Amino acid sequence: MREQRLAEVFVELADTLVEDFDVVDFLQTLTERCVELVDTDAAGLMLDDQRGHLQVVAYTDEPTRLLELFELQKAEGPCLDCFATGQVIANVDLAAVRSRWPVFTQAALREGFAYSHALPLRLRRQVVGALNLFTVERRALSEDHLAVAQGMADVATIGLLHERALRDQVVLAEQLQTALHSRIVIEQAKGVLSARAGIGVGEAFTRLRTHARRTGEQLTAVAEAVVTGTLDDGDLRPVMDLA
Amino acid sequence: MLIAKLAWHRGQGGDVASRRVAEILRAAWAESPEGTGLPASLAAACVRSLSVSGVGMALMTDQGPAGIIAATDGAAMELEELQFTLGEGPCVDASHSGRPVLQPDLARTAPLRWPAFAGGALQAGVRALFAFPLQVGAIRVGVLDLYRDRVGPLSADELIEALSFADAATLVLLNVQAGYPVSMPVPVLDDRAEVHQATGVVSVQAGVGLAEALVLLRARAFADERPLGNLASDVLAGTVSFRKDDDTG
Repeated sequence: MREQRLAEVFVELADTLVEDFDVVDFLQTLTERCVELVDTDAAGLMLDDQRGHLQVVAYTDEPTRLLELFELQKAEGPCLDCFATGQVIANVDLAAVRSRWPVFTQAALREGFAYSHALPLRLRRQVVGALNLFTVERRALSEDHLAVAQGMADVATIGLLHERALRDQVVLAEQLQTALHSRIVIEQAKGVLSARAGIGVGEAFTRLRTHARRTGEQLTAVAEAVVTGTLDDGDLRPVMDLA
Repeated sequence: MLIAKLAWHRGQGGDVASRRVAEILRAAWAESPEGTGLPASLAAACVRSLSVSGVGMALMTDQGPAGIIAATDGAAMELEELQFTLGEGPCVDASHSGRPVLQPDLARTAPLRWPAFAGGALQAGVRALFAFPLQVGAIRVGVLDLYRDRVGPLSADELIEALSFADAATLVLLNVQAGYPVSMPVPVLDDRAEVHQATGVVSVQAGVGLAEALVLLRARAFADERPLGNLASDVLAGTVSFRKDDDTG
């Protein structure tokens, strides 16, 4: 049954890789499916901003984004080492490696995570980002789960570069900048919508995404429409609670 | 090689790229202390520090090119004028799509993609063109065009340098577009999600566009001598408001 779900997810991700797909929405879906398939509790994805930094572009929840930001600010942690070396740094027992990454491990443990895993987004010899997974329970991932996680990281790389020839340094630069740009537009739209509708930014994101799904528009296009005022907060109906 | 360099930068624990942006702004400011010549100084410095022949800078709006801000030579001016007149070209595409448009061999690619623009650009002696959008998310302020009289891509190092110049130019043009004087020291843009979210909140509260909202936020942070990210968090928490009838701020 798990194999079937795995196949479904890869088909879902492949389906989103159509002409004019939305990079951030795609990476967001990918982090969410990672948590589901790889037996972890949180995921975040960082990309090289080509200005000497990594930036958090997708994440499953706010505490994870903050933890990743913290790691970037302190310039210390397995995700950064994974990015710098291009090596998988998986099954990191956080309590056992305090001396190696003292600041990061303390923050991650405080968030309630026991294990972390970092997988490179790699295009041949170049590393363009890292996929980071966090587990609450103190147990390692199986070989199978790790293989799926690396598969997801590879799919993310393909998604970033899919539409044209991979040989091209130029295309890589253009795509990375597009992803970062889209992320900013979405953050701005979250702010606008939250102020107009009197809701939190998390709820604002859910409404933006639900609207994009329902109408088949790109998430970034919906965000642009909110920002420019062509899409009113009345158009973005609250999400029904199906639970 | 690029990655090794990035890793080294990070190893120093510093904010290297932002520091470079601040450096670029400081140098340009030293050349044009009254502020009006800042775009020209930036463009000139960009030519000096990269292997390009010339640099042009244009204001952009959602409707297209809105004015030429700087051009370091005749060909750069020609490039800007062509795109301004025709409404097509790499800079128009860069601004519209929010992504750099890098054309290392213009003669090979441009005639198909921008037929009207290609002829004039090649005639002006332009062989490679690199257009960088100057924008912060949905805030479009302009475009930075780097051209070269021979074919060939920018190196990885040059790409980083060009992006730093683009970041510096964005900060300058943001103030120009919002009608604010360019103040010094210009706080370097904080790229955290909170700042972009707060920009959206402030635009609604103050009833202004995103560009002006971002300038308001930065000005307030500067005046209150506090980090931009810190102020943004307060805006999101509701403890600071930019509503006109509100004195919370």
